[in-house]
Amino acid sequence: MLDDKDRIFTNLYGLDDWRLAGARRRGDWDGTAELIARGRDWIIDEMKKSGLRGRGGAGFPTGLKWSFMPKDDRQHYLVVNADESEPGTCKDREIMRHDPHKLIEGCLLASVAMGASACYIYVRGEFIREREQLQAAVDEAYDAGLIGKNACGSGYDFDLYVHHGAGAYICGEETALLESLEGKKGMPRMKPPFPANCGLYGAPTTVANVESVSVAPTILRRGASWFAGLGRPNNTGTKLFCISGHVNNPCNVEEEMGIPLRELIERHAGGVRGGWDNLLAVIPGGSSVHCLPKYICDDMLMDFDSLRAVQSGLGTAAVIVMDKSTDIIKAIARISYFYKHESCGQCTPCREGTGWMWRVMERLAKGEAEVEEIDMLLDVTKRVEGHTICALGDAAAWPIQGLIKHFRPVIEERIAMQKRGATVAVGAVAAE
Amino acid sequence: MSVRRLSPNQPASFAFTPENLAWAKKEIAKYPAGREASAIISLLWQAQKQEGWVSEPAIRVIGDMLDMPYIRALEIATFYTMFNLAPVGEHYVQLCGTTPCWLRGADELKEVCRKHIGPEGHVSADGKLSWLEVECLGACVNAPMVQIGDDFYEDLDASKLETILTKLRNGEQVEPGPQSARHSSEPLGGLTSLTGTLQPAAGDK
Repeated sequence: MLDDKDRIFTNLYGLDDWRLAGARRRGDWDGTAELIARGRDWIIDEMKKSGLRGRGGAGFPTGLKWSFMPKDDRQHYLVVNADESEPGTCKDREIMRHDPHKLIEGCLLASVAMGASACYIYVRGEFIREREQLQAAVDEAYDAGLIGKNACGSGYDFDLYVHHGAGAYICGEETALLESLEGKKGMPRMKPPFPANCGLYGAPTTVANVESVSVAPTILRRGASWFAGLGRPNNTGTKLFCISGHVNNPCNVEEEMGIPLRELIERHAGGVRGGWDNLLAVIPGGSSVHCLPKYICDDMLMDFDSLRAVQSGLGTAAVIVMDKSTDIIKAIARISYFYKHESCGQCTPCREGTGWMWRVMERLAKGEAEVEEIDMLLDVTKRVEGHTICALGDAAAWPIQGLIKHFRPVIEERIAMQKRGATVAVGAVAAE
Repeated sequence: MSVRRLSPNQPASFAFTPENLAWAKKEIAKYPAGREASAIISLLWQAQKQEGWVSEPAIRVIGDMLDMPYIRALEIATFYTMFNLAPVGEHYVQLCGTTPCWLRGADELKEVCRKHIGPEGHVSADGKLSWLEVECLGACVNAPMVQIGDDFYEDLDASKLETILTKLRNGEQVEPGPQSARHSSEPLGGLTSLTGTLQPAAGDK
């Protein structure tokens, strides 16, 4: 288990003061000017050596991403993606309301690394209190001279603005986020050009997740080798996990990458409701990844590569636990409804496909279908996946593919029961 | 895709209050010259805070303020689902029904809303309450939860939500946040990490 001394988010639960005085006591803003003085190349090099992979879901190496920004005289932007909306995920919220100075200091250091003089933090619209708290922290940082002209006395001029959305999951996609920030509908852009060359207002832009940016100051202070020494090769460091669903004590917790799923749930979340043997399935990385049945969960390690090896994913590390009382078909159907609701409507396979898949899922949940339709649904998911501008189509297809892969007999049985005229037991869920 | 339309009943005009107008000017200044359109979400949001919903005259006024064609401003108001295109109750309950909340009893909360407020989207006769099922609000380890106005109410069950709704209807104060013994998102059974010297600081949440 991770030692408290190796935890980055030491005010994760807001038990201590979130304001500047508290943040300073916890070590934030310590020697920031010296870190800036070491230069952008040093920062990027340290981030590369730390092995940090993006915490927003895709797991792209952070240092490499920062290095893509061109070195020219144009205005450069850092945009922080705080549009946290992947079902199951509630980690960036804790950073914004309980440790906002880690994020603000991270914005400054990341901006130095990519030559950005301005940064926008795009907070999801629903996080109203979190946004107010973050804005208060930004104001404090300005007043203390930590950001703004000559930030931290380093000679670097840096402006930070808090921006917000108004309820559109799709704006978590980086180019949709940029469109939204420009005052348009959040519809993803075709790539290329990539944001690093043509992003916000046509200027070089890097979009980074809140958690990726917030861990940077601690990595730079403690050294890349400290961070790289935690976790497993290619999956280094610590990670915020959100454990929700049928566990005794749902919670957020910072743990080492590669922690066994069972240990994570039993040590921090009080175990699966009714014991480990009462586990049905886990969605390990936010709603869009394949669910995993218990036998895979038994010895699963929680990191990018281990989960990818079982065709699932670490995603945002939002662990949704379902015990044996769960109607798994209905649980996935609800996820399908989510994607139907959140499709931006730009690409036909997604706009039409998400609604079609949801309607079939609703019938499967009631057993009102033919067995052949399972394969037809699977086929349609493959026709949506990879055929849209952004990954929302994929995200809508994967949960259904995971369900059919691991729980096909449950679907078939329900169809058979419906045909026999037996009462289908649906909805015996969450009776605590 | 969520298809949304403007309300058939629209007021004749809209104007920001002087305070909101001053606020809007500061908001627009956050963006580079020529990029004023970036402020549209926050201006529409402020209009909604002022009026309770976003009317067509408000969309036009804000479009003019930002030098945007009306259709572009209209697109924003209908695309982003947090803009109420018709009046809502004084206390507007947004109930998360997505899987993590559903697993922990969001259906029971919906029943409570139906019983205490009425059908989804309908404003109660006294104008105090209305409710809507929304998608994941991002407080999944505190499920099930609702957002009422600007605040999250977490760790709910049917009886806790009933109490909250009754209190709001009677004009009483309700403390937002987890409706359990929790401070925020730590495990209810006691801390399993960060057990060192950190003690709750007075007044912080």
